[in-house]
Amino acid sequence: MPTSAMTNAATLPADWRDILALTKPRVMSLVVFSGLCGLLVAPAMPPLVLGFTAILCIALGAGACGALNQWYEADVDAKMRRTAKRPLPAGRMDRQTALHFGVGLGAFSVLLMGLATNWLAAGLLAVSILFYVFIYTIWLKPRTAQNIVIGGAAGAFPPLIGWVAATGQVAPLPLMLFAIIFLWTPPHFWALSLFVRSDYAAAGIPMLPVVAGVQNTRRQIFLYSLPMAAAAVAPWPLGLTGRVYGVSAAILSLVFVALAGRVLANRATEPAQMAPEKKLFAYSVFYLFALFTVLVVDRWLPQ
Amino acid sequence: MSPEQEIVRRQRERARIMAWLLGAFVVLLFFITIAKTGINW
Repeated sequence: MPTSAMTNAATLPADWRDILALTKPRVMSLVVFSGLCGLLVAPAMPPLVLGFTAILCIALGAGACGALNQWYEADVDAKMRRTAKRPLPAGRMDRQTALHFGVGLGAFSVLLMGLATNWLAAGLLAVSILFYVFIYTIWLKPRTAQNIVIGGAAGAFPPLIGWVAATGQVAPLPLMLFAIIFLWTPPHFWALSLFVRSDYAAAGIPMLPVVAGVQNTRRQIFLYSLPMAAAAVAPWPLGLTGRVYGVSAAILSLVFVALAGRVLANRATEPAQMAPEKKLFAYSVFYLFALFTVLVVDRWLPQ
Repeated sequence: MSPEQEIVRRQRERARIMAWLLGAFVVLLFFITIAKTGINW
């Protein structure tokens, strides 16, 4: 259409595909998966429909986070190549719609979680949404290079919420799962931020490679991968999981640390030469999926 | 397609999706109620 982006946003109702894009469906998949695994490894299994509702609420909560994040960062997203085509910076939707959608979706997910499962799970879901929006997006992300370290807690909530939705209480194993994702987040995001750092620099976001330099970030990635690997294996010696999980976690984590070591050894400064960083980023996604899959397999294997 | 036609098309599309979502929500609430009242967990 010949109309400008601004006119579109002002006069046209938002397309449903753009509303869906606000929820960051790709990010949501990992959130839903880790929440589902938290629910599946819990000792008590809720009725199928309530388990489904719990996961649906986690997904809706994550969608609300994505929408509110894009509402707040529309100006910043417009400056980055990776995010410039999102509905708000591209002018296909007005900010008010994103705000209303995000707040509505978040409130709905918490209420439904409370009514369908229990209010502890609903409370944790509310805390995770508020933490992501206020602590990470609004407070930490534009101010400090440690944004991803502390903000990573928001993404670590889903397995804990899944477990609590099933059992009604917090236990050591979901807290370990929280710790694993919390420690996994910095190397995962820093690997990405190394090869898109010019984007972050252009947008004025103080990601670690922008503030502390490429080599320092590589060192931090390697250092964080060590406690992450320890946390990943820990449930086995602590007696919280079986041998299948323990051995698999050890192998998966060794590969992670080895790839982080290759990142540490790399001296390239141009994104085109950052193959180890790209490989680590891709592996980190696989790592979390695989780790949580073997956790569930281990739980359901006949003892 | 004129801007007016595009507005109507998008409104219809959104209304249809909203209707499906509301229907699914009603079904979900029905089964949640059955599960909550039938099983004590």
